[in-house]
Amino acid sequence: MNVIAFYIAAAIAVLTTVLVITRKNAVQALLYLAVSLISVAVIFYDLGAPFMAALEVIIYAGSIIVLFIFVVMMLNLGKRATEAESKLLHARMWIGPIILAGILIAELAYLLAQGNTRVGAAHVIPPRDVGLALYRPYLLGVEISSMLLMGALVGAYHLGWHKQRKPETQDANREHATSPDAGRGPVRTGSGRTVGAP
Amino acid sequence: MTSPYPFAAIFGILIVALTIASGLIWIERRLLALWQDRYGPNRVGPFGLLQVLADTIKLLAKEDWIPPFADKPVFIIAPAIIMITVLMSFAVIPIAPGIIISDLNIALLFFLAMSSLGVYSIVLAGWSSDNKYSLLGGVRAAAQMLSYEVFMGLSLMGVVLLSGSFDLVDIVHAQRKIWFIIPQFLGFVLFLIAGLAETRRLPFDLPEAESELVAGFHSEYSGMKFGMFFVGEYLGVTLISAMITILFFGGWMGPVLPPIVWFLLKMFFFIGVFILMRASLPRPRFDQLMAWAWKLMLPLALANLLVTGAVVLAFFH
Repeated sequence: MNVIAFYIAAAIAVLTTVLVITRKNAVQALLYLAVSLISVAVIFYDLGAPFMAALEVIIYAGSIIVLFIFVVMMLNLGKRATEAESKLLHARMWIGPIILAGILIAELAYLLAQGNTRVGAAHVIPPRDVGLALYRPYLLGVEISSMLLMGALVGAYHLGWHKQRKPETQDANREHATSPDAGRGPVRTGSGRTVGAP
Repeated sequence: MTSPYPFAAIFGILIVALTIASGLIWIERRLLALWQDRYGPNRVGPFGLLQVLADTIKLLAKEDWIPPFADKPVFIIAPAIIMITVLMSFAVIPIAPGIIISDLNIALLFFLAMSSLGVYSIVLAGWSSDNKYSLLGGVRAAAQMLSYEVFMGLSLMGVVLLSGSFDLVDIVHAQRKIWFIIPQFLGFVLFLIAGLAETRRLPFDLPEAESELVAGFHSEYSGMKFGMFFVGEYLGVTLISAMITILFFGGWMGPVLPPIVWFLLKMFFFIGVFILMRASLPRPRFDQLMAWAWKLMLPLALANLLVTGAVVLAFFH
């Protein structure tokens, strides 16, 4: 285990995670989250779990965050969203998180004071061992999570599937007829441009 | 088995990869012209070979304009991401025995990770340009590359099962008796199609479909920033061709000729296939593209994995 590489990656992970919380632009926040996940992958690799590191990058940074960005791109968040976001980030908002983080830091300090400073696996775990662990002692966990994913898939299909009710033109017209300030739904945070205008 | 001279390997592979990628611009234009019964670039230098140089000078001399409405830092970083991710993948490619930058034991996963990070380049370029056509291109790229990535990974698992390793050097050595193209023909076809979609080459170039989206995600880019997307695409083609050679066609192995020559011969053959696809295939509609991925390719990849697993368990265990 390379200690310097670990501390650099850990520092980047902490810094970018703080930036994720404080950014007001959703896409920039997601980009910092991606960097944070990649630095966590570096930590995994450094601790001797290359398989986990690769999966962290492929699944979290490469797929899930891209999907988030995909959704944010579709929402067309503009200046208004940034303003709404900056209203959320006032001083009193920080009290709760600071208390929780304080408890965690106190816990960590207590453990370090007790002398539990042995860190990291001494040996590298190859992909083969990960597979064997997953499909022998933790087989039940794998099966349960696969059922959970199946349930999510069926749910997503149910939400996405709808009967052919009316001709498509009516749906499209309804979108155009409503002005962006009509206030349907909770808060509409568009760019303020009327839909369809150049 | 990492190279004894790491810096020589890094710079050698870097220079060769970049030269091949920019040379491909000329090769592609000449080959397309040949197949379309015309001449192509043939004025600058012998056979038009210096056309690439002329184009590079043009790109460097052009005004590098950043639109005032763009998200500036993201706009600048987007073309860099594609170059970084593709060039990083070249680090794990074993070109010949001893000619490899890093013999990683999870090389195949590293390649998949880098290609999944490459999506960011296109998506961010489309988003930061703040232009409708760019945004549509970015949205298309995100959906297309995420979908095709899923079975790109699955199609390679057959090879992993047969060779028992994620290490590309081990995979090449496992093909001493028989190239994986024969037991894994379906996997090869799936990987080829996924590779086309990942590099956004013509049958799957919907993110930049010029007949509908101006230039798609890179509409607002000019000068060398555009040049980076351009070279990045050809680097991607080179990378996928190299991966096909390693995974399915025995890498550097072959009779008589030295290993590196075999590797380059096989790689250039697949680059030629990529260009021929561009010359001959029409572009599908976007919903056809997505339906094709999820309804046909994914079940085929899963079936391939299932059958390969069963055969390996029954006969080689």
